[in-house]
Amino acid sequence: MSTVWKHKDLLAIRPLDPAEIGLIHDTARAFKEVLSRSIKKVPSLRGKTVINLFVEPSTRTRTSFELAAKRLSADVVSIASESSSFKKGETLKDTGLNLQAMNSDIIILRHPAAGAPQFLAERLHAGVINAGDGAHEHPTQALLDTFTILEKFGKHDAPADQKLAGLKIAIVGDIQFSRVARSNIWAMGKLGAEVTLVGPTTLLPQEFRRLGVKISHRIDDVLAEANVIMLLRIQHERQKQQLFPSLGEYISLFGLTHERFKRCRPDVMIMHPGPINRGVEIASELADGLNSVILQQVTNGLAIRMAVLYLLTGGSGPQGVKA
Amino acid sequence: MIPSHLKKLSDAPVESICLHGGRIIDPANKRDEVGDLYLHNGKIADPNQLPQGVNWRTIDVRGQFVTPGLIDLHVHLREPGQSAKETIATGTRAAAVGGFTTIVAMPNTTPHADSASTIAWILQRAEETALINVYPTGCISQKMAGELLAPIGSLVKAGVIAITDDGNCVQNNELMRRALEYTKMFDVPIFDHCQDYNLSAGGVINEGYWSTVLGLPGWPAIAEEVIVSRNAMLSELTGAVIHCQHLSSAGSVRIVREARQRGIKISGEVMPHHIALTDGDTEGYNTNFKMNPPLRTKRDQEALLEGLSDGTIEILASDHAPHCEYEKEVEFNYAPFGILGLETELAIFIKTLIEPQVLDWSDMLAKLTINPARLLHLDKGTLTPGKDADVTVINPSLEWTVDKNQFQSLSRNTPFHGWELRGRATHTIVGGRIVYQS
Repeated sequence: MSTVWKHKDLLAIRPLDPAEIGLIHDTARAFKEVLSRSIKKVPSLRGKTVINLFVEPSTRTRTSFELAAKRLSADVVSIASESSSFKKGETLKDTGLNLQAMNSDIIILRHPAAGAPQFLAERLHAGVINAGDGAHEHPTQALLDTFTILEKFGKHDAPADQKLAGLKIAIVGDIQFSRVARSNIWAMGKLGAEVTLVGPTTLLPQEFRRLGVKISHRIDDVLAEANVIMLLRIQHERQKQQLFPSLGEYISLFGLTHERFKRCRPDVMIMHPGPINRGVEIASELADGLNSVILQQVTNGLAIRMAVLYLLTGGSGPQGVKA
Repeated sequence: MIPSHLKKLSDAPVESICLHGGRIIDPANKRDEVGDLYLHNGKIADPNQLPQGVNWRTIDVRGQFVTPGLIDLHVHLREPGQSAKETIATGTRAAAVGGFTTIVAMPNTTPHADSASTIAWILQRAEETALINVYPTGCISQKMAGELLAPIGSLVKAGVIAITDDGNCVQNNELMRRALEYTKMFDVPIFDHCQDYNLSAGGVINEGYWSTVLGLPGWPAIAEEVIVSRNAMLSELTGAVIHCQHLSSAGSVRIVREARQRGIKISGEVMPHHIALTDGDTEGYNTNFKMNPPLRTKRDQEALLEGLSDGTIEILASDHAPHCEYEKEVEFNYAPFGILGLETELAIFIKTLIEPQVLDWSDMLAKLTINPARLLHLDKGTLTPGKDADVTVINPSLEWTVDKNQFQSLSRNTPFHGWELRGRATHTIVGGRIVYQS
């Protein structure tokens, strides 16, 4: 009856089934309890080696993975692209083989090219965790986002694919270039939520409809009904690519302003994967307001990453954590 | 096998050959009948005026097809300068095994084929190492940079049979207009790799469902279609012949069809991979499915087949593009575009065109023989007596499995490894010289 983790790697949400997502969530819930203790460390990964290989800048995700590994008592090494041999022209394959030759058990990869974690996973027997690859996926982000939504809105007695049934979620912003959006589209859909993507036509191509979501180019049509609004970072460089004319125009059309917030449900949950642009995709005070769960997302991220590291190294699920 | 002593075409003796009992398919002469074909002194012999006292080497080809030697007008031989990927020696061996007697080499070598001296070097190297006929092309623009016209007259004098910047696309419409006007003096066609760089910027797979799911930058069909349209308009303006390479999209087929109906001298070609595979095959991020233009959708595939069937597209070719394994074994975004073609091309066309009855054998072979010969003003591609004895014998029912490790090519970048295919060349004869027999 109980689901068992049977993958060497965590590369994407798309191939997972709802029960596997549920297993990670349940395991994370057990670790969240551990994190509330005064001694926040368990010996689950003692003797294991975890490498954080970040070929693209990141503060939050890298720190979160590093702390997660440390809380599990693993030996963890973090490598950033500036200090790595990529600068000297070494290929990803060779870097991976070298890290594996040092008996690494898990390699966590953040990379600007979509598919890079899969490329590495196919060539290594070490486990690979995708910490964000190009515009493809960022699976642990979607796992922590859905975990956070489940804490407030989850139907805990429902079947695995119905835990978020009936919930209306809007994801707003630069969808086209967002791996967070893609992973969340799959994760939320697999748990039964109704997802609407919102953004300018240039950052939200029609093809997204075929991923089983609704799309809208008018945020005001979507706000009133949404239980959850997830805002995505707007990258300034998109203006140079002619994808929208100015940040001012973006704010006027898609920003979550105080004016718009008044039309939202009183219990609306406001999410953002960070880093936020205060005053652009979200009014500054709303990011800090009572409806915002932006920092809870970060806290939950640690528990999710502990769960993923634990399951990938042979951990048996939530029961194992308690024992 | 390729006889082991063959280091170059002239190492094989010119033989007097009787290909006995095969089905002779010669689209240029609308001939399709069982019979004997005689080759003598490097030419096709007239069966009614056979010379006396000749000791014919008779080869029993009953049950097989005897066709004009296949021509592939879109091949990257990589020499000079990129000989870790392929050489004229290995590329022509791959072609011989694939049934090709004539190939046309693209100019994106190192250095670029934009000077008479480089063309002379290629021709000499071919003389010394090629197993089949090799014709070079020359660049449209100096260093293929799309800025200044290459010395097209000198290139033609040196021996090129087409002008192209293949691999690159001239973005400057004024330069393209002048290239077409200028080249009209020399009776050679211009080939164009149709790609608008602004519209396709950064793209590595077809823009659509799969680029959305995989998060890979999209290379939209419109980036090809804009340039195909431009080429039709410039050809109409100048009266020059323009050949659009590796058409991949439904829109391109429609534009070429409409232009040809209006009498514009525009043509197109289709590659095996664009009708055998779709963008969905890129799902595993396997870089052997990365080529330029990219694999497109089922709908595009159907339009390409329709264009082949109704005659809009008269030419089949491979875009044989060897790359070293280590170059391809990188992140999808960073891998070079291109896959091998020559050794699987014929069987993939049989699978995609003959088996589903899109074309009959005669129509398909015309697109691999007489049609490219006519575009290139080559006196080849037929079995007319007196013409060069370039002949391919094909066993249409031979079943085989693609094994990249058996390839003659120096490279291994094929998406078809392990495919079970039907139909294969059994004899490749160039000017009466047997360079390959299975």
